[in-house]
Amino acid sequence: MSFDFDAGKYAVYVWPAFALTAVVFVWMIADSLASARRWRAEAERRQADAKGPSK
Amino acid sequence: MGAHNNKNPFDFLANPERFMAFSRWAAPMFGAIAGVLAVIGLILTFTVPEDYQQGDTVRMMFIHVPAAILASFVYLCLGIASFLALVFRHVLADAAAQACAPLGAAFTVLALATGSLWGKPMWGTWWVWDARLTSVLVLLLFYLGYLALRGALDDEQKAARAAAILALVGLINLPIVKFSVDWWNSLHQGSSTLFAKSENRLPVVYAWPMLVMSLAYLSAFGALWLVRIRALVWRRKARALALKAAEA
Repeated sequence: MSFDFDAGKYAVYVWPAFALTAVVFVWMIADSLASARRWRAEAERRQADAKGPSK
Repeated sequence: MGAHNNKNPFDFLANPERFMAFSRWAAPMFGAIAGVLAVIGLILTFTVPEDYQQGDTVRMMFIHVPAAILASFVYLCLGIASFLALVFRHVLADAAAQACAPLGAAFTVLALATGSLWGKPMWGTWWVWDARLTSVLVLLLFYLGYLALRGALDDEQKAARAAAILALVGLINLPIVKFSVDWWNSLHQGSSTLFAKSENRLPVVYAWPMLVMSLAYLSAFGALWLVRIRALVWRRKARALALKAAEA
């Protein structure tokens, strides 16, 4: 098994396609996780507020 | 009396608490499966021989075709979830629909962009207004319209209803996307996946990376969909608590 990373004259089309795919996947993952973390923290904060300050 | 009779096997997911318990382990599991499949798929992508006609651009097919499959599949999920939200007014179905839209739009952008990057060297043009490309562009517009509608109306229930109706109308476009290459004379090639006629089917050496990458995309969508639904469940909870605090 040998890797072929030399796209020759098509490199100018092949690599931007893979780079764009990587960027979009990174965005999808980062945005989904950030959104989940943000709303989880918000819900937990409001839940703690609703219970009132602990004495 | 009052007992809930769960006939539908998916009913267990309709309860937000049960969904949160299920998705807590299912989301990372799908994410791990996606990661493993993506590594195997990329190894296959860069070890298969170049195509005698397409040369090295054939490697772009292994990221373009899965993106195109997911673009339509995610819209189907959006349509089904919108139907369930509209008819049964279930909050989780609405969250499932809302969570689909940005992911589906991203897959559609990828399908269009990678297709365009392949089209320039192979067809000699970045874009052509043929039935397949145009119907996929229309698919993107439905996703963007759905997102815009949800963001435009302050009343969340009204926004959800309007967006769900738009999503259902957009379902009409899905068979057009799928069969456009059969119904009209198109520059875009016909289906060559595992389900195509044997004379049009991909050689096995290219079918494997295509299959593995498609499963990687599908698993990634599964993981991200669950994460986004979880975020929307927490958001709903946070807003309900905020409302309760304001009323007190």
